[in-house]
Amino acid sequence: MGLLSFLQKIEPDKKKSPFLHTLYDGFFTFAYAPKTVTKGGVHIRDGMDLKRTMVFVVLAMQLCYVFGTYNIGHQHFDAIGMYPGFLEGFHLKLVHGLIKLLPIFIATHVVGLGIEFWFAAKKGHPIEEGFLVSGALIPLIMPPDIPIWILCVAVAFAVILGKEAFGGTGMNIWNIALLARVFVFFAYPTSISGDEVWVSGFEKVAPGMAVDYGWAHGMFNSLFEWGKMATFDTGAVIHDAFSGATPLALASKGGWSAVTEQFTVSQMWWGTIPGSIGESSKPLVLIGAAILLITRVASWRIMFSMFLGCSAMGLAFNAWGATPFMEVPWFYHFYIGSFFFAMAYMATDPVTATSTNTGKWIYGFMIGAIGLLIRVFNPAYPEGWMLAILFLNTFAPLIDYYVLDANMKRRSAKASNSSAMIMRDADNVNEKNITHA
Amino acid sequence: MLLTALVVIGIILILISVFSISDNLIQIEAQKEGIDTQKTNLSLIPSFKDLFSPSLPSYVDKNKLHRLKKGMNINIAGGAASVVSDANVARYAVRPQLYRGLSPIPKMEVAEGDEVLAGQVLFFDKKNPNVKFVSPVSGEVVEIRRGAKRAISHVIILGDKTQRYMQHTPPSINNASREEIVEYMQASGGWTLINQRPFDIIAETEVIPENIFISTFNTAPLSADMNLIIEGKEEAFQHGLTVLSKLTDGKVILGLDGRGTTEPNTAYTNATGVEKHWFNGKHPAGNVGVQIHHTRPIKGGNSVWTLKPEDVAAIGQLFLSGTYDASKVVAIAGSDVVDPQHYRTYKGASITELTKDCVPEGETLRYISGNVLTGEQVDKEDFLNDKHNLVSVVKEGDNYELFGWLLPIKPRPSASGTFPNFILKNHEFEVDTNTHGEERAFVVTGQYEDVLPMDIYPQHLMKAILTGDIERMEGLGINELSEEDVALCEFTCTSKQPLQEILRDGLDMMREQA
Repeated sequence: MGLLSFLQKIEPDKKKSPFLHTLYDGFFTFAYAPKTVTKGGVHIRDGMDLKRTMVFVVLAMQLCYVFGTYNIGHQHFDAIGMYPGFLEGFHLKLVHGLIKLLPIFIATHVVGLGIEFWFAAKKGHPIEEGFLVSGALIPLIMPPDIPIWILCVAVAFAVILGKEAFGGTGMNIWNIALLARVFVFFAYPTSISGDEVWVSGFEKVAPGMAVDYGWAHGMFNSLFEWGKMATFDTGAVIHDAFSGATPLALASKGGWSAVTEQFTVSQMWWGTIPGSIGESSKPLVLIGAAILLITRVASWRIMFSMFLGCSAMGLAFNAWGATPFMEVPWFYHFYIGSFFFAMAYMATDPVTATSTNTGKWIYGFMIGAIGLLIRVFNPAYPEGWMLAILFLNTFAPLIDYYVLDANMKRRSAKASNSSAMIMRDADNVNEKNITHA
Repeated sequence: MLLTALVVIGIILILISVFSISDNLIQIEAQKEGIDTQKTNLSLIPSFKDLFSPSLPSYVDKNKLHRLKKGMNINIAGGAASVVSDANVARYAVRPQLYRGLSPIPKMEVAEGDEVLAGQVLFFDKKNPNVKFVSPVSGEVVEIRRGAKRAISHVIILGDKTQRYMQHTPPSINNASREEIVEYMQASGGWTLINQRPFDIIAETEVIPENIFISTFNTAPLSADMNLIIEGKEEAFQHGLTVLSKLTDGKVILGLDGRGTTEPNTAYTNATGVEKHWFNGKHPAGNVGVQIHHTRPIKGGNSVWTLKPEDVAAIGQLFLSGTYDASKVVAIAGSDVVDPQHYRTYKGASITELTKDCVPEGETLRYISGNVLTGEQVDKEDFLNDKHNLVSVVKEGDNYELFGWLLPIKPRPSASGTFPNFILKNHEFEVDTNTHGEERAFVVTGQYEDVLPMDIYPQHLMKAILTGDIERMEGLGINELSEEDVALCEFTCTSKQPLQEILRDGLDMMREQA
């Protein structure tokens, strides 16, 4: 094949330029499945490999990307008071969204992959696919106007200290995407919390503030003028009645009635609300979750038990009812904030979750319960999934330890039990049937 | 209105409590009598399992049926037809290295050029001189091949056209003591047919096994039909079972095919003096390790024996007629095999001679003695492994495939839901030896548990072995496993880890400790 022989000719030497070789190897194995054959052990292997697993997770997220891009633009124009309808100013919204999203996406991948490639070259092993998913998740959980330099520092922190320091793909304790977000959360809290960060394209989000358009907007303006379509209005200002608060922020201050004053349930469900880039559209996130469940890439146990945990805690709060936030009906907690996104993509990360099936039930349930607990009780920041998931990531090995301990005790109990029975009744051995796994 | 509703609910509640109390009373009585309540259903209400599960033919004993839910069948193209022809094989080899624990240079009792009879002693281990290794066929010893460090790798015999047998005088089974039986078996070559678990070694003379297990069906891909293997040897098989029952204080347990597709040979279903258990499920339901786990799991420092049905028949033959019958039925299968079927030959047959008429030259092919999951890669010049009844022939997959991991051109067998294999339920896959990915660290969890129908956490066991934690390995159940049990886990492994190799390292570590 022409392409194959060309690629094989330009392969950089492994010893003379390890970094280039690693880079080459990464892209080559992306294009061509390697030709290694089995040696020792099984002779045929399953068609599934880690690359394919990661790519399916990334594919499941793509709907969130598409909608997130649109929503960035929609929130921007919502603040100005223009184009309230879904299809109005569609091209402007998409372009604005892309202008905000692409730098975040590219910066995440350049920094993250660059660090991964460097470590792989240094250690002499091929590039491992772990960052494909983390790199796809990080843009979706960031606010649209996050300063790129903060993002780069956060990604570097997450990849170097959260992943490579532990040994690379498969060895990290904490979820890498959440580590990046939690870094921004604690180090630069004003860029990721409050009411001003969820709408993009303004110097300051307050009534009367002007739009902040850059060269990219100008470039597209000339394109739109040539195409006789609506253009970005550089003189637009935020309308007077605007607040950049998300439904979650409103609920934490004033309960469900405060939320319904500004947003309808349908808006919250379909996702045309301010928030992180990818989390807002619940049906699209659920479609992604369904893809992951049908292909058995993600664990249904974690998703289901997380839903149960959150519902149980929500019901408990409804029964208690001490604050307006606690009185928010338990099923509406799924409409605000990022529960479904955390459930589908963050909690189900197999490396950081518990590895035993029993452990997954406990893990998911606790994330659901503790996440909602943090959301309702946290005075500073009304969202709890990131913190709950990182917390349970820390305790996942402990949960597994006790599940395995129970397994080992069961095994030794069977040993002493059966030998005692054989001694007691040699002719009529009444053995207990073992669970048919 | 409310009153009638309350009365109805009250009546229903009373009836439910009457039913459940009487049910429980029956269970308590049954347990006092000693009837196993989980195997026989004594409740008033038929169990859900019996109502909704697919019905099985009448020959399956439902009281001794084990339904295994986990596992995976791999349908590969080129299965062997159920006919047995005679193979035209002249060369046979006995390989000392197949027997774990044997010293690398055993003491030879024959030299190149000697004439031997079938069943004549070829060599023995100096550390264990009573256990003799015998020739499967009569003929001339043409070569004693040595490998690295002068270790003996092959003793090659050119077989006669008509076999001549070494004649022994077997002790009478009814009168002989256990020591006499053991002595006879060790001298006549029958002892080497026994496999001891854990560790899969030759049976140790001083150890009395807790139980003896025989699986009479093989669920591995392309495996030979065990009903054909035992045809013509029914009497010897039954006699072998009787001999074995004298060698253990426990039971001889026979694992029978309860899947309902083919009725097992009457030699299996009519066997006497054994405890019969039926197994229904996907691969590895036919693995003897899985069957042990669900009947009498290996505990602590105990050992059990496992044998293949044809070896039981060979032992029976040694006690019936005093001759060593090493004949076996071998299937040659694979999509590149012309007219795949079963062949009659002897232990240690030459692969070249077995396959010369049915495998065309041309593509790069891999010959495997055994099945594609647990088998041994052999050269064409090599010989069939004594433990195997199958030669699998698959294509070597050493070629690059553009975006092969994302969009494979041909359907591939997979445990993953990302392939549309659910629409190809009965499709027979063409497989090759490509790894379909590179080796990575353990990432995906829960995969191994889905295909191992045992109460074991394989991934954690592997990690315990990799860190050399002996206590943890034992606690997690390494003594219950053999490589063939984790072979399917290795097949489905997304990270392409060498699980069978890791397990073998772990078992070797455990054996050194013992």
